[in-house]
Amino acid sequence: MIYQGKQKIWSDYQKDIPDDHWYYARSCIRQSFFPASEKYFLKICRDLLGKDICDNEHHTTCGGIAYHSDTIPQETAMTIVARQFALMTECGYDNLVVSCITSFGNYTETIETWREFPELEARIRENLWKACRREFKIPKYIAHASDLVYKFRNQIAENAQYRLVDKETGEPLKIVEHIGCHYSKMFPHKGVGGAEYPCVLSGMVESWGGQVIDYPERRHCCGFGFRQYLVKANRGYCVSNTHKKFESMEPYHPDAIITNCPGCPYFLDRWQYVIAEQTGKTYGQNGYGIPVFTYEELAGLVLGENPWDLGLQVHQVAVEPFLDKIGIEYKPSEKYLGLNKEDLLRPEMPQVLKCH
Amino acid sequence: MLEIGKKTETCIVTTKLYDELCKDYRFREGLKACINCGTCTAICPAAEFYRYDPRKIVDTVQRKDDSEIEALLRSETIWYCGECMSCMTRCPRSNAPGKVIMALRNLSVKLGYFTESERGRQIYPLTEAINRNILEYGYCVYPDTFRFEDHPESGPVWKWHLEHKEASYARMGANYKGKGPGALRQIAPEDMSELKAIFDVSGGTERTALVEEFSRKKAEEMGMSMEEYRRHTFEHCSDIHFNND
Repeated sequence: MIYQGKQKIWSDYQKDIPDDHWYYARSCIRQSFFPASEKYFLKICRDLLGKDICDNEHHTTCGGIAYHSDTIPQETAMTIVARQFALMTECGYDNLVVSCITSFGNYTETIETWREFPELEARIRENLWKACRREFKIPKYIAHASDLVYKFRNQIAENAQYRLVDKETGEPLKIVEHIGCHYSKMFPHKGVGGAEYPCVLSGMVESWGGQVIDYPERRHCCGFGFRQYLVKANRGYCVSNTHKKFESMEPYHPDAIITNCPGCPYFLDRWQYVIAEQTGKTYGQNGYGIPVFTYEELAGLVLGENPWDLGLQVHQVAVEPFLDKIGIEYKPSEKYLGLNKEDLLRPEMPQVLKCH
Repeated sequence: MLEIGKKTETCIVTTKLYDELCKDYRFREGLKACINCGTCTAICPAAEFYRYDPRKIVDTVQRKDDSEIEALLRSETIWYCGECMSCMTRCPRSNAPGKVIMALRNLSVKLGYFTESERGRQIYPLTEAINRNILEYGYCVYPDTFRFEDHPESGPVWKWHLEHKEASYARMGANYKGKGPGALRQIAPEDMSELKAIFDVSGGTERTALVEEFSRKKAEEMGMSMEEYRRHTFEHCSDIHFNND
């Protein structure tokens, strides 16, 4: 499709994202694997953009992973969601911004189902009252956290210390964007750009100087599949799906991958390690993998944050070749140090996948 | 516990399986009128990997033949979906085969049929792990129960991280087990009590107990202790599932 045609279709799927005053809901997986990303989301929104975002200690999991692993009934998932809404209401907010894609899908599905079946909403309100003595208003707006970074991408670009550009050649770096399935595959009108041409991540990449790679399996799932990963016996499904994506993107020689889902960056990173160790194949240059970033990590990098404060040391695929390409300054000797520079030793190195 | 057509301690249930499925909102939203075009199967990541065809499942259910639906509920087939919902995007008639699958799985658990398939039995280790995380920590996934031995794919870097969890999380700005807001904070007892109460009033506690009860029976039948059964269902994979054609 010609570029102008895509632009026209995208314009039908633009979201009118509120400018300020958000209640933040964290993610179970992102807290565990990418806690610095959540920290930097809040830092960017509050310190750089001056936005009001409430981070309430009383909220819990939304239950989304349990719901999609079929370990809790729909009513349980919905009542947990209702409690999150109640906490938001009690804090005086109308706009919910969600860190997790599974949660974003879960909240959206809940509200859409209630719209169709009001008697179910009434039952969930009853459940919540019985269990917690709480009441709630349905959020006026639910955004995924990447929607906000997309909305403010140009302000981030204006404050950037680096651009996604090869410092030697001056050419834009080639970036693959991977969007979590539950961002817009269930409810396309809820995602920036819809399900077929989502531009929530490609908009960031272009604004920060990079070039987005189009490849055949661009919209294919990373392979998480909930029970397909969480049960050890099923993980062949996950690595096969990731393998399919990497084989498809390989001819385009991407420099990095940007993601907006909790699981996807973990799987796209770790399965490269498994594929390398099992088959000897690596997808980056010179024995390295292709580094995979959350959108906050990439935003943090262009804004000049210390890569190790962003948590890039717990990626299995080395990020250094990417940092070197841009010319981002970092101290290799501090990669595995603690907060107060204490020595935490070093991880073992994989046998095949080149790491630092 | 619900048993179709049989007297139970609480009631006699004579409702057909199809009618039972219709009580599930996901089923009502997910199945409008399938035209059997196969678009869902073409887009489905699971259909490429497993012996799995969402088109056939939706067609079977749509025929309203209870014996065929019962066979599905007892089968491996309904457990292959990854719930990515790619099918929902592309269906030209606004069906959602992934949601039909969720309703089938729900009914299979209610009836105890899930223990009759290898993939269905995995509901036990899943429930045991995820629901315990929710009720003990307030999170579906939690670092203290993420064992490297069960996740070698997390790589040597994560092994290192887990060995230095407190310091590594502090470096990344988490509030691991801390008071107040932040990533991985300890969720207060009063909030945990509310989660437990939600499970009690909304069927979560009942579901957990049901899974355990049916799984215990199956473990006895297979001559295993519950721990052996949990490990077996978590790790064992026979070669019957894969689409090698």
